[in-house]
Amino acid sequence: MEFAIFARWLHIVAGVMWIGLLYYFNFVQVPALAQATSEANSGGPGGAAITKYVAPRALFWFRYAALVTWLTGAYYLAVSPYTLHGAFTLGLGLAEPAASVTYIGFGAWLGTIMLLNVWGLIWPNQKKILGIVPATDEQKARARRVAFLASRTNTMLSIPMLMFMQAGAHGLPFFG
Amino acid sequence: MNPLDTLKGTVIAGVVLAVVLAFVATKLAGG
Repeated sequence: MEFAIFARWLHIVAGVMWIGLLYYFNFVQVPALAQATSEANSGGPGGAAITKYVAPRALFWFRYAALVTWLTGAYYLAVSPYTLHGAFTLGLGLAEPAASVTYIGFGAWLGTIMLLNVWGLIWPNQKKILGIVPATDEQKARARRVAFLASRTNTMLSIPMLMFMQAGAHGLPFFG
Repeated sequence: MNPLDTLKGTVIAGVVLAVVLAFVATKLAGG
C-alpha cells in the first residue's frame, strides 16, 4: 500500500467537505439569511441562530477542509509522476509534456487561488461579520461584501477546477 | 451588474470560464 494513494483519498474526502460547505454557503445559507433578515420585522425568527450556531461551525470545517485538501493535493502531486513543478508550470517545463500534467496544473492553480481566497479574504472578513474581531458597522458592511464576492468567486472557480481535477484521468468535456 | 451577485450568473460564469480554460489547456498541451 502506498501512502500517496491514502493522501489522494483524503484529498477527495476533504475536498468534498470543502466544496460541499462552499455550495451550502452560496446556495443555502446566504439566501436563507437574506430572507430571514427581510422577514425579521414582520414576525419572522430572524437569522440570529444561523449566525450564532451554524455559521461558525460551518466556517470551521470549511476553512480546515480547504487547508487539508490543498496540503494532501500538494503532497500527492509532489510524489506522483506529475511532480509539483510539472503541475504548477502546466507541464510546459517538462522534457516530455503530457496533457494530463497541463490539466492537473490548471486544477492545482484554481484550487490554490481558492485556498488563498478562503484564508486571505473569506475568513478574515467573516471574523468581522460574526463579531469574532471588533469592527464598526461600516467595516462590517464592507467585510460582508468582500466575503460574499470572494465566496461567489470560489463557487465560480470550482466549476472549472472540478473539470480539470478529473481531466487528467478521464479527459476534458470540451475540445478533448 | 456583477454576474456574481446572482447564483445563475455565478454558475454561467463558471461554465464559460471552464470552456475558455479547456480551450487554452488543450492548446498548451498541443491539442
